[in-house]
This record gives sequence, structure tokens and C-alpha cells, in this order.
Amino acid sequence: MEELLSNAWIVIPLRIIIVVGFVLTAVPVLTWVERRVLALMQIRKGPNRVGPAGLLQPIADGIKLFFKEDVLPERVDRFIYFLAPAGFLIPVLCAPAVIPWGPDDRLTPIADVNIGILFLLAMTSLTVYGIVLAGWSSNNKYSLLGGLRASAQTISYELAMGLSIISVVLLTGSLSMRDMVLNQQGGLGLLNWHVFRFFPLGLIATSIFLVAMLAETNRAPFDLPEAETELIAGYHTEYSSMKFAMFFMGEYASMVTISAVMVTLFFGGWLSPLPFAPFTWIPGPLWFLIKLGVFIYFFIWVRATLPRLRYDMLMKLGWLRLLPAALVNLFLVAIILWWQK
Amino acid sequence: MDAVPISWYLILSAFMFAMGVTGVIIKRNPIVIFMCIELMLNAANLAFLAFARQQAQLGAQAAGQVYAILVMAVAAAEVAIGLGIIVAIYRLRDTINVDEMNLLKF
Amino acid sequence: MFGQILFAIMALVIVVTSIGVVAVRNPVRSALNLVANFFALAVLYLFLYAQFVAAVQIIVYAGAIMVLFLFTIMLLNLGSPSELSERGEIKRPVTWGLALLFVIVLAGGVFVRLGKAQPAADDLGTVQMVGKFLFTDWVYPFELTSILLLIAIVGAIVMAKRRL
Repeated sequence: MEELLSNAWIVIPLRIIIVVGFVLTAVPVLTWVERRVLALMQIRKGPNRVGPAGLLQPIADGIKLFFKEDVLPERVDRFIYFLAPAGFLIPVLCAPAVIPWGPDDRLTPIADVNIGILFLLAMTSLTVYGIVLAGWSSNNKYSLLGGLRASAQTISYELAMGLSIISVVLLTGSLSMRDMVLNQQGGLGLLNWHVFRFFPLGLIATSIFLVAMLAETNRAPFDLPEAETELIAGYHTEYSSMKFAMFFMGEYASMVTISAVMVTLFFGGWLSPLPFAPFTWIPGPLWFLIKLGVFIYFFIWVRATLPRLRYDMLMKLGWLRLLPAALVNLFLVAIILWWQK
Repeated sequence: MDAVPISWYLILSAFMFAMGVTGVIIKRNPIVIFMCIELMLNAANLAFLAFARQQAQLGAQAAGQVYAILVMAVAAAEVAIGLGIIVAIYRLRDTINVDEMNLLKF
Repeated sequence: MFGQILFAIMALVIVVTSIGVVAVRNPVRSALNLVANFFALAVLYLFLYAQFVAAVQIIVYAGAIMVLFLFTIMLLNLGSPSELSERGEIKRPVTWGLALLFVIVLAGGVFVRLGKAQPAADDLGTVQMVGKFLFTDWVYPFELTSILLLIAIVGAIVMAKRRL
């Protein structure tokens, strides 16, 4: 076993299978979870006919999407129209490559590169291409508007997100995701996590990241690019069958990825919240998954609770509220670190 | 990774630069002209990084990389201003054909 | 051997896409060619021991600048190629020819004059190393860059806002 795990030709494909496999299995489960939780919050039943508690519903949906007629609208830019869903899904699946899931560095991350967080930012910023190109190539004015909205929204919220991440980079002194988790280890348990560091500065950075991550994944209340009521589903109006399914998978996979980033940067990754006996019995990867689940639940909860923003309000929130707040917060963190030296 | 001689990178850089110049001369769409300028700036970056690998001292090696980063900042500033100008001209004249922008005034 | 093959692939991508940026008529396709070009360049930067520059290349160019280009193309809705018809002119073949000549002359010069790469320091191109030099030897150019960016922000807002 030890020999096998030290062979790069075996261990790297294994890591890829673990990470990508997990993300892709999480997607159908999440579609079920989301509908059940939304139903719970809106006091209705949700999917409950296919299988026990509707658990087989994702499989039924998958079969339906697979066998559905693939409609190709007239006068679309065919090459880009086919490229766009892949351009959306591939960066989303590449992004988790640098996230460590547990203390054992042999199985995850796929690559513990010393610019891990930069790699992650690069990959999350690339997902916008799929949306923009889908909107443009569909030859549909609603899709075009969806694409325009997505590009402006992603660029705007990336700034605030990047600045809140930089405060974590300052605290850690490294860009490696592994170092960021290890920096949150300590005798105080969850008080060592970045979210509670320099109270309330860490909390502010976490909140900014939280809002920005909702906006970056185009989830409610920031789902302007696909707003059903005004843009009739926006950039994926013209997509059907498996190409639509790829957009759908991409959206849920990016939810998983960005929640994992959140957990790693601010909530201690695989570390247990309290560093003594009953908590440390639960292995690290399990803690990671528990925290991941909390944030995915948060995504669904927000969707059920908050109404969609108007577009000018979205821009105002990004540029006039979050960006200055993130800058001031970063400045204060830097001052405190300089003071401590 | 040192298997490739530096001269190959420089020839590649020269090719990119030549394509950028060609595009700036023959294109009429100012947005594409801007893209060709980006191509030229990137050719310069590739040349900087390649030349940096020929230096013996660490300071000179790092200098090439710092140059590349400064070029990127200049490129970002240029794009922000340039696209702003294009949008402003389009609003005033309803066209962005560079052959018709020959008055230096609005 | 592996390095040479990878370099050859990336060089091919760069050559094809940089021709594509110029030769393609549709501006969105031009932009896509440029994005592919930047990706291949980022891989070459990794070969040149410039990890940080490679990451910044993707984040700044592919993630921000090219999205801005696409945004502007879509905002002005110049997608249809008939919007700007490129007429056949004498300057086009002449320019292509001159560009080719330029590359041949430079390539000849480069082959005659230049030698091999020097051994790189272990941590060349890491964030720490680039940061160290950026904030010691190069701090004045760096600060000037920040002023340049500030001017660009102000200029872009003045240009784009109809009423301030």
C-alpha cells in the first residue's frame, strides 16, 4: 500500500478520480437536496414519488435530459455554441485540484502548488467565458443580456473576493492552501480559525467572501444572468438536452468548489472545531465534508429566503459597499500584523 | 525544462509581434486593433522572460519577471482607457470604423 | 524530450492562434483565439521559471482583460461581420509580406547571436522572490504603476459616464 501510494503514476490518477468523482457525484445528490430543502422551507412536499423519499429523482432527471431532443436554434454560431458548455464545466472541475481535503497529503490535494490560491482565482474567473459565449452564440437577445450581465457581475465581485482572500494570505504568509489550513491549527480550536482572527476583522473578510461567492456562482439572490422572470433563463435559454445538463452540473459543481474554498480559507479546512477528545475522534476529511455541507445548505437557504436584486443595486453593492469595505479591512489587518511585528 | 534553447522563444516572440503589427495595420475594427496591441505586448513579455533566463545574476533574472508584471499593469490601464474611448465614440457617431475616425475631434 | 514536445505543441498553438487573431473576421472569434494564445503563453512562462507571472497572466489577461473585450464587443453588438466589411486592398498582402520578412530577419539575427540559458536559482519566479525584487530594487517603477492605474481608472470613468 505504501509503495503504491508513493508511485506518482498511480497516486495522481487516484487523486483525480477521488476529487472529480466526489464533485460529480455530489451534483445529482445536490439537485435532490436542494429541492427537498426548498420544499421543506416552503412547506410543500418536493420530489417524493421516484424511489424512497424521491431519492431516485436525480437518476430519472438524468435519463430524461439524456434522451431529450437536442434542439439547435437557427443561425447560431455553431462552433462557439458547442464550445460554451464545456468552457463552463472544465474550469469548474479544475478548480478543486489545489484544495486539501484532509491531513493526509498523499490522497488530496491533486497538486499542492505554492501558488494554490492564485490557481483557484484563475479557474473561478474563467467560468465566465462559458456563460458569455453561450449568451453571445445563441443569437437571442435575452441570452445576450444574460451573458453581458454575467461578465460585468463576475468582474465586479472578483475584486472584493480577491481582496478578502488577500487578508488570509497576509495572515498565512503563503499562497499554498495547505499552509492556510495549518495556520489555523492551535490549542484554541475554532478560535484559531481565520474567521475569528482579529475579531471582527476576520469576520468582515468572511462576510465579504460569502457575498462575493454567491455572486460568483450566479446563485440567488445574485442570479441576474439567468433571471427567469425577466430574461427567461438568460444564457441557457437556447440550450437543451445534455448541453443544458452541462450548465446545470457546472453550477452545482461550482457551488461545491467555492464552499470548499470558503471552508479551507476561513473555517479551518479539515481541523476539528475543538481540539480535544470526542471531537478529534472524527477524522479530518469528515469534518471537511460536514463544514462543506453547512455551506451548501447555506446556499439553498439563501435562495429560499432572499428576493433577487435589481441590477443597479447589484453593481452598487459590489463597487460602492463591498470593495471599499474589503480595502479598509485589508488595510486594518495589515496594520495589526505590522504592529505585532 | 531547459531542453529548449532560448532563441526559439525569441523567434516565437518575434512572430507574435509581427502578427500584432499586421493586425494593427490591416484591421478596421478598433477592438480587434486593441487585441493586436495586446498580442504585441505579450510578445514583449515573452521576450523579457526569455532574456531573463540568459542572465547569470539572480537580480537580473528577477528583473525580467518584474518587467513582465509592469507590462501587464500597463496593458490593463491601456485596455480600460481604450475601450472607454471606443464606447464613447460609438455613442457619438454610431460607428467605430477607424477609417471614418479621421477628424481628431467630435 | 518531454519538454521539447510540449514546447513544440505550445509554439504551434501560439503560431496558429496569433494568425487567427488577425485573419478571422468575426471579433468574438478573434478574442477567443487571443485567449487560447494567452493560455499557451502561460505554459511557456512555466518553462521559463516564471510561475507567478504565469498565474498572473491567466488571472489578468484571460480572467479580466479578455472578458472586458468580450463585454465591449457584445455591448456594441458588433457580432455580425457585415458591420465592418474588410475590403480587399493592396495594403493587406504587402503587410503580410512585410511581417513575414520581419520574422525571417529577426530569426536569422537571433540564431546567429544568441546562446544558451543560464542555470536558474531554485526559487526564481516564486511569489516570494518576485515580491522581494518588486519591493526593493523596483519599488519606484512599482509605485509609478499604481499612479498609472489610478489615472486609467479616472480616465475610464470620465470617458464612459455621460454625466458626472
